Amino acid sequence: MLKIIYRRLVEVLIFVLLITFVSFLFIRLAPGDPVLTILNVDELTVSQDQVEKLREDMGFNDPLIVQYGKWIMDYIQLDFGHSYITNQPVMDVLLAVLPATLELMLGSLVVMVVISITLGSLSALYRNTWIDQISRVFSIIGASIPSFWLGLILIDLFAVRLNWFPTMGRDSFISLILPSITLGVAMAGVYVRLIRSSLLDSLGQEFIRAARSRGIPESRIFIAHAFRHSLPPVITVFGVSMGSLIGGVVVVEVLFAYPGIGKLIVDSIRQRDYPLIQGYILIMACIVFIINTIVDISYRYVHPEIRLKGRRNG
Amino acid sequence: MAEARLIQQKKWKSWKPVFAVSLLFLLLLLCGYTFLYLKHDPTLTNIGQRLQGSSMLHPLGTDHLGRDVLTRLLLGFRLTVGYSLLALLIAVLIGIPLGLIAGFRGGILDRLFMRIGDGFLAFPETIIAIVLSGLLGPGIVNLIFAIVLAKWVKYARLVRSTVMAEVQKDYIMAAKINGLPAWKIMTKHLLPHIIGNVAVTASLDFGKIILLISSLSYIGLGAQPPTPEWGAMLNESRPYFQMNPELMAYPGIAIVVVVLISNILGDWLRDRFDVKKEVDL
Repeated sequence: MLKIIYRRLVEVLIFVLLITFVSFLFIRLAPGDPVLTILNVDELTVSQDQVEKLREDMGFNDPLIVQYGKWIMDYIQLDFGHSYITNQPVMDVLLAVLPATLELMLGSLVVMVVISITLGSLSALYRNTWIDQISRVFSIIGASIPSFWLGLILIDLFAVRLNWFPTMGRDSFISLILPSITLGVAMAGVYVRLIRSSLLDSLGQEFIRAARSRGIPESRIFIAHAFRHSLPPVITVFGVSMGSLIGGVVVVEVLFAYPGIGKLIVDSIRQRDYPLIQGYILIMACIVFIINTIVDISYRYVHPEIRLKGRRNG
Repeated sequence: MAEARLIQQKKWKSWKPVFAVSLLFLLLLLCGYTFLYLKHDPTLTNIGQRLQGSSMLHPLGTDHLGRDVLTRLLLGFRLTVGYSLLALLIAVLIGIPLGLIAGFRGGILDRLFMRIGDGFLAFPETIIAIVLSGLLGPGIVNLIFAIVLAKWVKYARLVRSTVMAEVQKDYIMAAKINGLPAWKIMTKHLLPHIIGNVAVTASLDFGKIILLISSLSYIGLGAQPPTPEWGAMLNESRPYFQMNPELMAYPGIAIVVVVLISNILGDWLRDRFDVKKEVDL
């Protein structure tokens, strides 16, 4: 257990160090000057002296490696800096919007799990019937449709034309529904097929025949035997998909103007608010670390004979 | 009955790639057509002609700035597919040699490289792309760079694991004993073994990269207006969807069709080459 946590932690640390270093190298080459961005907030004209002074104050005149070292030291001391734009502490800003994002992720997960289990089981039970065909078409389209376009269609249909849901924002539970469906449906396609094939595989096993011959009712065989047997591969892919969930949530938040961490970061990118972007990297690293660790541990739990080694070499 | 269904299914299976390839051909023809002959300037605005329906002059109508939608859509095909191919190609070209060397040589280089790879694999590609384009600034060049950075590890890993399995075999040993230089072993003996796997993975990745580029362009971190990239087109015309839903329909359908083709071909290649069935996300 400790070994998994250690391994995952090292992974994340390496990534954060690399990506921040690369970014430090590139920020200087990239267009747009953060100093000008800060000074131009109120659309006032600024003198060259002001620019130089702020540049000096913010340490932009130091060599790159010194800036990077300073930044690392600040982070180790849990000082994450202030937003260039609003001057609020970075972590306060980010943590304030994090719950909204977690809500949306949870909502999307629920939609995804409900759709994929229902469609997956139905198409396994009624293999090669019209139900199976529909679910096949659903998953092919689901894997090919961009989530933002699906969201645009849903907004146009249910929010603008039928007026059932709000088009944007986060006022109540209702405003969570359309974004969750958007992301959930876009992600469900793969799972439908996976659950179907996994279930079909288990239904063909000897122990299912044995259970049938003992006269156990079909519904119980399906749930208690076949379904449980097909969980491990599903959990693995589930773990992988957490990544697309974290990524997908950004697009959906921007689409629905949903005030979560994804929308915040895209706005910050437009304003070149580097401290916020760097804080975002740290939070994402924590989330990725937590999720990957949980997935690893649960994977071991459902599949004790498989050790981590064999899994990563794919 | 069940048998008839099975036969039917098999028929569909063998027709699927044909269908996909012919669609691809049609698109390529259309695309070639845009190289030869463009009726309208894709970025020429004409406010007097804005938001028109289909006509002989503008088969798919015009957008909010009076630009011809069909022209932009066809150019968008070139751009979207071109960007994705470019990103994929660079990632593969970086991944193959690194994977070959790491798998063949082993040692410290391999371990260092595995560690770095672990870090990148732990993070979702979208997040890598968003963070990098955040730090480097929005724009299509940075986005392609970000995608390459997110994707190369996958190919390097794939190549590495194939090479490590292959190196154990007698013929490589024989080649070594015969004094064949390492680079020759890699290019002559190992490379042919990995091409199939790489091709399958790449074709499955292609659709995903298109989705990624268009999504990020939609949220303003990729191609910038007035570039007629499909995601950027959708972003630009969003305020006009309520009155002109066709502006929303065309680029979206275009994305779905291209990704669909790539997914079908990828699946087919996977079945053909009999690559280990991994569910790929």
